[in-house]
Amino acid sequence: MVKNMIEVKNLTKEFNGVTAVNHVSFDVKEGEIFGLLGPNGAGKSTTIRVLCTLTRPTEGTATIGGHDIVKDGSKVRELVGLVSEKMIMYDRLTAKENLKFFGKLYNIPNDVLDRRIKEMLELVHMEKWQNKQVGTYSTGMKQRINIIRALLNMPEVLFLDEPTLGLDPQSSTEIREFIRKINQERKITIILTTHMMIEADMLCDRIGIMDYGKIIALDTSHNLKKMVNGGNTFELNISNLNNKLLSLIQSVGSVKSVVRENETRVKVRAEGDGAFDDIVDAIRANNGKIVSINSLEPTLEDVFLHLTGHEVREQVSERVESGFNHMREVRPRIR
Amino acid sequence: MGAKRMVSHSLWIAWKDLLELTRVRMLLVLLVLMPLFMMLMVGYIFPTSGSINHLPVGLVDLDPGNDNSPGHTFVLQLEAINNQTGMMDLSSATSFADIKTKIQNGDIYGGIIIPENFSSSFMAGKQATITIITDQSNPQISQMMQGVLTQTIDQMGVLLAENRVINNTSIGADNSLAIVKPYAVETKGIVPGNPNYFQFVAPGIIAMVVMMSLMTALPRAISHEKEVGTLDGMMAAPVNRLSILLGKTIAQMVRGMIQGVIILVLAVTLFGVTIYGSVPLIFALLLLGVFSFVGLGIVITSFAKNEETAAMMMMTIMFPMMFLSGVFFPIQQMPWFMQDISKVLPLTYATKALRKVMTLGAGIPSIATELAVLIGFGAVMILIAVPVFRRAMTR
Repeated sequence: MVKNMIEVKNLTKEFNGVTAVNHVSFDVKEGEIFGLLGPNGAGKSTTIRVLCTLTRPTEGTATIGGHDIVKDGSKVRELVGLVSEKMIMYDRLTAKENLKFFGKLYNIPNDVLDRRIKEMLELVHMEKWQNKQVGTYSTGMKQRINIIRALLNMPEVLFLDEPTLGLDPQSSTEIREFIRKINQERKITIILTTHMMIEADMLCDRIGIMDYGKIIALDTSHNLKKMVNGGNTFELNISNLNNKLLSLIQSVGSVKSVVRENETRVKVRAEGDGAFDDIVDAIRANNGKIVSINSLEPTLEDVFLHLTGHEVREQVSERVESGFNHMREVRPRIR
Repeated sequence: MGAKRMVSHSLWIAWKDLLELTRVRMLLVLLVLMPLFMMLMVGYIFPTSGSINHLPVGLVDLDPGNDNSPGHTFVLQLEAINNQTGMMDLSSATSFADIKTKIQNGDIYGGIIIPENFSSSFMAGKQATITIITDQSNPQISQMMQGVLTQTIDQMGVLLAENRVINNTSIGADNSLAIVKPYAVETKGIVPGNPNYFQFVAPGIIAMVVMMSLMTALPRAISHEKEVGTLDGMMAAPVNRLSILLGKTIAQMVRGMIQGVIILVLAVTLFGVTIYGSVPLIFALLLLGVFSFVGLGIVITSFAKNEETAAMMMMTIMFPMMFLSGVFFPIQQMPWFMQDISKVLPLTYATKALRKVMTLGAGIPSIATELAVLIGFGAVMILIAVPVFRRAMTR
């Protein structure tokens, strides 16, 4: 049995009467990558800030490695590393100076620190740039330095708040690979927040979906997807697709919806265990020639939509633009 | 967490801040330029009597006398004295009305009228009158001109009287002056030399710049880091909140002291300021001044949510302080309520003490009151500030 690295109990944080985090409880196992997924303002960052001891919880508490975040803040700080949404680096200092400075805050002896900085710079292929001011770097390069900065004290828990925000796809992929690598090689427990479904899906062992300050679902990506109603979605390629075949598929009892996507492709959503066989049988019986069948797994996006009734990308700003009436429905979101 | 660690963290934070500072070249240039401009401005803008010369003045001679008349002699003597001092540019005018027009037009700043009865009164053994006309739209210049003219005319009067004493009595030239002017006034400073305005403002400016730079830079430095998010990096590390504060303070103190030294060097090399007191004592005073301001700076830091607010709060406090602490103007010339306000400002005491040490060569006993006030003010403010800061940092 793997022990819990983080135990969050009833954590609540209010800012001037607005509840950013609302009685949240969850556990994170040692060595796990745990994702907090949700739209901007759902309370992910605040949760992380409370766990890093940057703000005090209004109610409830949490332990990290057995230490209480409220009573034993300095112990907790030694155990954790933080990559927050804003980069924790001084633009006017070089990468090496930045790393040296933050390393010294963790009381790492000079010789150990120098060796560690050298290793880490090599790890992210930044040794060539170490003596250039961080302000001259691209965002992707900055984020690489930012992440190794958080690893300098060899933390047991690494908090990553939107680690790929604002990065180009290539840099995002690099960062994600690096996150997975340090998780596997160094056995670091990672808590990651993101509003990107794909990122959560790719990286996280378990995902907590947050909305309006609450965790509304928590499970592995696979199990979460099972929650979506409507069972299975297939994509069928039929070479002689026509309207007659379409209406035929529609008439199969278990089929919920049929959408023709192009000349030959059709997307079918069906319920029940026998649905797949029924559909294929019906097509064959009417001389339909099936070229290929893809079973489409529901995405986390579907899960979020299913759970909350609104899409994850939907944000306050977009709603406000869409008209005054919608504005009234919007509850304030704060980070 | 041990005290040693706390100090080590503070020093690293200070090192980091100063390193950042050195990377902005423009800022380094401004570090020298700002005090230079300040000295130039305050030094040359405020008028001193020595700086006035070649003031255009109209002269009306209504005395009908001939070349040997007392009126004419007076004019000749006035011109002779003026040629030596170069204070006025005399031009002739016809009447009071003429002088009035010329002052209104801005051609001259004042006038001298020698009335019709000047020679006759003189001859009759009565007191002769000379009228000085001033430009009331410019009180400072008019006052200064009045002083210059009165002095010149007095001087001429004395000379004339002396001659009369010598000519009409048996008293010789050795004692004649004592008859005419029984008392002589001698002005003597307690240190050699004749102080100029720079000597007055330099200590004040040094005190002000050192303390203000701490008070402005500290809140800005912390709220800036809060805003860009780097403060989180320090707060998430096992670093005492006070170390962050201490480190930032050390960095700003070093910066302020460097600026202080720059002004001191500029004042001495470019503006002829002489330091009569002990230089180590001056530095000790500056440090103490900084100490007295730290608390205030921290309180502002705690209340300022962002950089802009911090800057605004600083301006609000800085301006009254600049003018009420006797840096540029003597406190004694202010109305009573302003004098009362100036008594609660630490800068007043820092300026006063620094002036005593720099210009008068005073030692520690002479500035004991100021020292006590600065230490007391600093200690009380820090006692208030630290808990306020701690609370503000962990909301």
